Amino acid sequence: MNSVAFLAIAIITLSGALAAATLPKLIHAALSLVIVFVGVAAYFFLLGAEFVGLVQIFVYIGAVAVLIVFTILLTRRDSVNDRGVNWGGVIVALAVFGGLLWIILNTTSLALPAPQTEPLTVKQIGESLMTNYVWPLQCVGLVLTVALIGALILVMEEKRER
Amino acid sequence: MNATLQLFLIISSALFSIGLLATLSRRHAIFILIGIELMLAAANLNFIVFWRFGSQQQQPTGVMVAIFSIAIAAAEAAVGLALVIAIYRHYRTTNVDKFDSLKG
Amino acid sequence: MSSWIVTSIWLIPAAPLAFSLLILSLTNSRRAAAAGLAITGQIAALAMSILAFLPTLQTPGFREVHNFTWFTFGDQALRLGWVLDPLAAAMLIMITLVGLCIFVFSAGYMAEDKNFTRFFAYLSFFSGAMLGVVIANSLLLLFVSWELVGLASYLLIGFWIERPSAAAAAKKAFITTRIGDLGFFLGMLWLYHASGTLLFYDNGNGALEPNGLLKIGSSVTLVALLIFCGAVGKSGQFPLHVWLPDAMEGPTPVSALIHAATMVAAGVFLVARVYPLFSLGAVNGVTPSLTVVVSIGVVTALMASLIALAQFDIKRILAYSTVSQLGLMMVSLGVGGVAAGIMHLIAHGFFKALLFLGAGSVIHGLHHEQDIRKMGALRWIMPVTFLTYTVGMMNLSGVPFFFSGGWTKEEILHRTAEWPLSRLPHYLMLAGVVLTALYMTRQVIYVFFGSKRDASAPHESPGVMTMPLIILAACSIILAIFLTPAWPCLHAYLNGEPAHLDLSALVQPMLFLSLVLVAAGIGLGWLMYRNAGEIDPLARAQPGLFRFLENKMWIDEFYEHTFIACSRVVAHLSDFLDRYFWDGLVSLFSGIAQAFAVLSKGFDDHAINARVDDTTTGARRFGRLIAAGHSGQIQAYLGAIALGMLLLLVLYAWLA
Repeated sequence: MNSVAFLAIAIITLSGALAAATLPKLIHAALSLVIVFVGVAAYFFLLGAEFVGLVQIFVYIGAVAVLIVFTILLTRRDSVNDRGVNWGGVIVALAVFGGLLWIILNTTSLALPAPQTEPLTVKQIGESLMTNYVWPLQCVGLVLTVALIGALILVMEEKRER
Repeated sequence: MNATLQLFLIISSALFSIGLLATLSRRHAIFILIGIELMLAAANLNFIVFWRFGSQQQQPTGVMVAIFSIAIAAAEAAVGLALVIAIYRHYRTTNVDKFDSLKG
Repeated sequence: MSSWIVTSIWLIPAAPLAFSLLILSLTNSRRAAAAGLAITGQIAALAMSILAFLPTLQTPGFREVHNFTWFTFGDQALRLGWVLDPLAAAMLIMITLVGLCIFVFSAGYMAEDKNFTRFFAYLSFFSGAMLGVVIANSLLLLFVSWELVGLASYLLIGFWIERPSAAAAAKKAFITTRIGDLGFFLGMLWLYHASGTLLFYDNGNGALEPNGLLKIGSSVTLVALLIFCGAVGKSGQFPLHVWLPDAMEGPTPVSALIHAATMVAAGVFLVARVYPLFSLGAVNGVTPSLTVVVSIGVVTALMASLIALAQFDIKRILAYSTVSQLGLMMVSLGVGGVAAGIMHLIAHGFFKALLFLGAGSVIHGLHHEQDIRKMGALRWIMPVTFLTYTVGMMNLSGVPFFFSGGWTKEEILHRTAEWPLSRLPHYLMLAGVVLTALYMTRQVIYVFFGSKRDASAPHESPGVMTMPLIILAACSIILAIFLTPAWPCLHAYLNGEPAHLDLSALVQPMLFLSLVLVAAGIGLGWLMYRNAGEIDPLARAQPGLFRFLENKMWIDEFYEHTFIACSRVVAHLSDFLDRYFWDGLVSLFSGIAQAFAVLSKGFDDHAINARVDDTTTGARRFGRLIAAGHSGQIQAYLGAIALGMLLLLVLYAWLA
């Protein structure tokens, strides 16, 4: 695993994530989020999971990021600017990060390099999806359908009552 | 130097914590959703990393979970953002401090 | 050198496409930049086309391909590629050169249009897509470019979208060509099924090479005919020709570039490109598919030139002449004269673009008047347009010696005479020659001679518009040098053999026959239309026949009352079924469900709810007690979860 690529992606992803979490303007944060998604997808590629990387790009950047931007546009009349920060949340988040870091660094068995492997082909993934994972796949399909209908119903204007 | 499992875990925990930070500290509802997306991305990264560093790459469990999690995340984002819009229509704001009642 | 140009030949279509995107990003007011960019892209494509042309000149029969894998699924790989051979190189030069002239002309013609930049973006887009058709070495890549060309044509016909007739014409063109493309698509699938490849040339394994043809075997006639469907749609052949005259609703440069010089010729090009599919298993040069091509071509050529005789819109006359010329090319391909057909295609590209631009110049000079009855006596007012238009007319009528169109038509007539199956196409084409000369003479006399019938003040077009006319006229004359039977170098180039100088080929009975026929056509035209006024002389002599031709043989009406009416009936029927039968069924079921629901509601209200209410009152009191700890703030809840996670972490660390 190329360490230069690793480091470069780490810098891009984490700075993107920090920007997404802290920038005052929502639209900037949403665009930084796209950078994070690209970074994570790059990690997937680096780790040999090209298919997941592609799915990540299609779903997150193609759909989720666009959805967020649309929502921002639809709710932009909300002029009350988000200035206040919940400092309690910051402290909790930092504490969680500290705890995780401490545990990861103290677990010596984690310092292993990646084994050499055969690449996982799309064909294998497809076969798994159609055999071992066919029920989860059906369930996910159902969940997506229900989510779609639910989202539609949620945003439908209730005309009769007003 | 080659990237080890540890380094990947540090990256993903940092990503997770930043997501948590956004979720807990920002008052805008969409920021909370952004934070959740970040945490989900960190979790997906973990799945892939453990799959890659594990001993059974031909069992694509980690990859499968990541794929399903991405699908669920898409549903989550759609419903979450629809909720934001619906709540915004009702309260005329997206500041979560103002949402404290489930009843219209 | 040569392989370099083959691998990077994709740059030729890519340049106009990239410039088209650039132009799209400009604002509406950046007119000069838009025209400049489009013309730059076209010049770049022209320069590269000339570079690509050079290596094909050096070796006769030059053909190099560059194939690559687009993507793999399972153990099948989908491969695309491009090819450089004389056919592609000659087409590249023709398209980029004619395109350049038309781009420059458009800068003048469209000067006052409010969507100037959009127009040039579309034109560049079209040019790129068309060049893609030419260099494609894969039927799939060709099909993709083919559809892009169709899209560009749709966008440009409907460019003046505010006119309902333009919008309707765009739709008609798109849908009509789509009918042909469906056949093309099926043919492509069948070809892939039969031969396992869509590449034309692939070191002996392509679909057009011996191994591939062997695999296709007996289904080749079907494949060829299905692909020919696409060519029929695109090239406006009978019975799908109806869209082409209507396509004249687009701006005139568009008619010149797309609906005369290049796109409509794509059908002819397609047939020439996949010619091995048509000629496989030929006995004496005749196969069933080629016979179909000849029949369609003959019918189209004759029918269109008859209709052209009775039209009054200057562009429609040219449109029908395009249809008829395309039919002529198809006939040539069908009787085995591939080189002759392509030569005519190239010559036609130049002179038909010239005629259309000339018509555009006339229309521009007359403030957008298109009715030839309202023109007249323009030869003194618009001398440059008149002279160049006459050159175009001589080309189209087929006057040999100085005009390229004459020589290529000659070649095609030779070919039809040698067809073993029947002499009928030959005689019909000879009749077509007379008709062509006749309707072109009629048009020229109406527009440029006679008395002035228009009240407005016509004027000659500016230099930016006359310059392309002069260049195109010069091209069509210079091209004649390379087309004479005495030194048939373009013919030899396309066939991949060296050319010889042979002056005796000039003296042939056929040449004199066609000279006589052309002279007869022009003379007859002069006699008939010399004193023509508001009422057409033919209409006076044969009113019934004239009305039949003027209404385009009622083919549109025929389609309206058969195919379109049929689909309308089917639509109404399905609507009726849906509305009354299925809907009624659904209502019945929902009624049953509703009745059941009312019953169970009664049971619920009186038997169950009363008991449940008592229980809930207790639960509510208890709930209120707990609710005190719930502020309703999401972030407080989430924070609590995070704290819980922290706690688990600490616990883990402590236990480990």
